[in-house]
Parts: sequence; structure tokens; C-alpha cells
Amino acid sequence: MLDDFLLRAALAGVGLGLAAGPLGCFVVWRRMAYFGDATAHAAILGVALALALEISIFAGVLAVALAAAAVVAGLGGRAHSTDTLLGVVAHSTLALGLVAVSLLDGVRVDLLGYLFGDILAVGRADLAVIWGGAAAVLGLLAWRWRPLLTATLNADLAFASGIDPRRERMVLTLALALVVAVAIKVVGALLIASMLIIPAAAARSFARSPEGMAALAALFAAGAALAGLGASFHWDTPTGPTIVAVAAAGFAVALAAGRAIRQD
Amino acid sequence: MSLIDAENVTVRLGGQTVLEAVDFRIARGEIVTVVGPNGSGKSTLIRTLVGALRPARGRVRRAPGLSIGYVPQRLHLDETMPVTVGRFLDLPDPQPPEAVAAVLARVGLPGLVGHSLRGLSGGQFQRVLLARALLRDPDILVLDEPTQSLDQPGTAEFYKLIEQVRAETGCAVLMVSHDLHVVMSASDRVICINGHVCCEGTPTVVSAAPEYRALFGPGTGGTMALYRHEHDHGHEHAHAHGPGDG
Repeated sequence: MLDDFLLRAALAGVGLGLAAGPLGCFVVWRRMAYFGDATAHAAILGVALALALEISIFAGVLAVALAAAAVVAGLGGRAHSTDTLLGVVAHSTLALGLVAVSLLDGVRVDLLGYLFGDILAVGRADLAVIWGGAAAVLGLLAWRWRPLLTATLNADLAFASGIDPRRERMVLTLALALVVAVAIKVVGALLIASMLIIPAAAARSFARSPEGMAALAALFAAGAALAGLGASFHWDTPTGPTIVAVAAAGFAVALAAGRAIRQD
Repeated sequence: MSLIDAENVTVRLGGQTVLEAVDFRIARGEIVTVVGPNGSGKSTLIRTLVGALRPARGRVRRAPGLSIGYVPQRLHLDETMPVTVGRFLDLPDPQPPEAVAAVLARVGLPGLVGHSLRGLSGGQFQRVLLARALLRDPDILVLDEPTQSLDQPGTAEFYKLIEQVRAETGCAVLMVSHDLHVVMSASDRVICINGHVCCEGTPTVVSAAPEYRALFGPGTGGTMALYRHEHDHGHEHAHAHGPGDG
């Protein structure tokens, strides 16, 4: 039944959404939006590396995304602000990746596919990677849920409760790299951060608890992926950007609805 | 043994030495107040003792299984995370609902369990922080200028609550304050720091110490007198203010 490319695309989008929604809540709560962006942009360098070394794209992207996160974490707090470092890392890894891919001999690569995703070309093996990665992200979050929430609320409170916020931060960095590696096929490196931030931001209007917000964000992201896929099929538009556009429209509706609810 | 034992602790922040060669210990049931001018390293000492900062030199030992009830100086809560009072008290480990209800009643906020955290006033929020600290039967309450955002009646109420709690549970209390006149009397020991330990002893010993007077100036005598005055009449004043104040 997985022969139908539309069905595979739908499953890929839902898989990504279910993982990106809850993780995106942490990105929003901890103001890591730019950090997510930097990790995602580094993915292009990972693609180049994977092609050059003839390893799987997933492994290359995961490794470079983790390395980029480690560089930012390691250099932070010195002469340059984290904000500046993220800007340097985000754009230089993207540029380096684009240059490196062009230098690869004998490899004809559809770069657009990695920049904006190629969800309609998702195969069975990709599906396995996407759902495996999504399950790993959800597993990580579920396992560390309470320490993560505590560390996110306040680092000192976490320390006093015997929780090390630095370790929780590493858990999030790993989950982020996993989502980037999973999402590059679906929405592409340039738009991954939007799948983290937009669903979580939309869910904020209605959620009364952190768990509720995570669940709503997952549903919203999966729904946006399905609706975006349908819209892209109907209007013959590029699928990745259409998914993000649908999510953005959903966010606008959620914002207005949230305001209306609060005024009642 | 001591609950927390710090030996020769030096702490650097951003390349600057904030605390140098500080010895500190607090025993079970003891009330210790840390005083010092702004920027003297009071909060740094507290954060090092609870484990949030790692000393560059020296070591901090906490009794095995020590339960710390920590009330930070101020807690910036992001509005991006929806959290109710009950959920906040439930972190990091789940607590029985009866215990949560009881501790909220204890700090004068009964029935607030389903209330959103960000809808609270400054005084209510400090009480919620105290409730969270009390909920896990702390061996030691650590309070870092807990009344900084409260007005005077709110401050008096808060300290009265601490005194009651301490009388009931007998837990140790480690408190940072510049509200010298309110705090010093109840303390077994006062430690005056200014990057290092200036002087240490009972409240009367410290207030008479030349190092302390050098730091806080000639107004200190007056401050102590003010404190004594407030202490004599503290209870009458305190009853005039309801829990919603502050």
C-alpha cells in the first residue's frame, strides 16, 4: 500500500509533524528559534559531506548539525554574543555547503531538493528514517520531560532540585539535530525551523498546560503537512513551501481565535 | 555533620573573582543570615551552595540526600509556557494533590491550584515559590532576598510566614538579606560578606564588629534600633494585612 507516492508523502509529513510540534514547544519556550535555524542551515554542509564521503544523507546531516550546535555552545559567552555566533555559523555552513556541493566531481545534485525539500520523492527507506527519527525525538522528550520542563522554567531551580540544566540542553540539541536530519527531505534546510516554531506558536493560544501545548503543536504540524500536501497537489505548487504557507495561515487563524477567546 | 559545607571556595564569573576563599557551613536546624552590600557576592555564594555555580577553587559538600527548598531572588517566567500553579508545584517530581492543596493553604493561597502562574501578583508568586520549596520536606530552606519585589507589609507577612514554617518543621534556614532590621534577630549566626567573609557571629557580635560598621556605615546602629522596635510590635502590625496584599 506504500506504493502510492502521495501516501508516502503524507506519512512523511505526519511523521515529521508529530516530532517537530513538541520539540518546537521547547524551541519557543527557550527562545532557541535562531539556534534551530543555525542547526538547520548546517544541514546543507552535511549533505555535501555525505555525498563526498558516500555515506547516508541522514548520517551526514546529523553529524554536521550536532557539530554546529557544539561550536555555538562552545564559543558562546566570550567576546561575541550567542546571537552573533549563530548568525556566523548559520550562514557560513549554508554557504560552505553550497560551495562544497558544486565542487563535487561527477555528482549531479538537485540542490533545490535539499533547500526546499522533496517530499513527493520520499521512498520506503526515507519513510523508515523519518519515522525512526521522529520516534527517537519523541522518546527523548518523553524520557526527560519533567527535568526538561524544570530546567526550561529556571536553571537555578533545576540545580537546587538536583537536575543539571546543561545535560537537558544537550538532550534538546540532540533532538534538534535529529529533527533537522529527518526534515531535510520533507521541507528542506531553509524551512525546517518554521515547522518547529509555527505549530508551537499556534498552539500557545489554546494550551493550558505544557503537555497540552506539545500535543496541540504536534496535531497542528501534522495537519499542516497534510493540508499543505493537498494544496500543493491541487494548485501544482512546490510542496515544502506550501506546507509552511499553510502552517503560517493556520497560525494567523489561531492568533485571531486566541484573542477572541481571551476577550470572552 | 553539616547540611552544607563549603571549604575555601573561590568563584569566578566572567573572568572576575566574585568570591575568594570563603568557608561556610550550616548545621541541621540552624538559621543563618548572609548580609553584605550590593555586588558583594551574596547571591553568588547562595547559587554556589545549591549547586548552580561551580567553584573555581575549593569544594562544596552537601549532605547525602539533602533536600533543598530554594526560593530564588527573582524568577523570570516566560509567558510562552502555559503553566498553572499546580503544575509548577508538580515539577520536577509529581506530588500528591492533597499535599499540594495543603501547602497552598499553608502559604495563604488556598484554592489557587488551577490558576495560571502569570496571573499572580508579586507577593502571591513569592508564596508559590515558597510553597514549592516546602512541598518536598526540605532539610534546609534557602532564600535569596525573597522579598525584593514585595512592599513593606508584604515583606513583613512573608517573614512571619517563614518564621511559622520554621517553628513547625525545624528545618534549617539560609537567608540572604539586606533587610537587616527585619531578619537579624531570629538568626543563630550572621555572616557579613564582601567578596570574602568580613565577619561572622551572633547578630549582636556582627552588628558591633568594626568590619561590619565599615561596610554599612554609621547608620547601622539606627537600623538595629529600628529592627528592635519592629520586633516588639511585629505581630500587631502583621495581622492588619490580608494575604492578598503585596
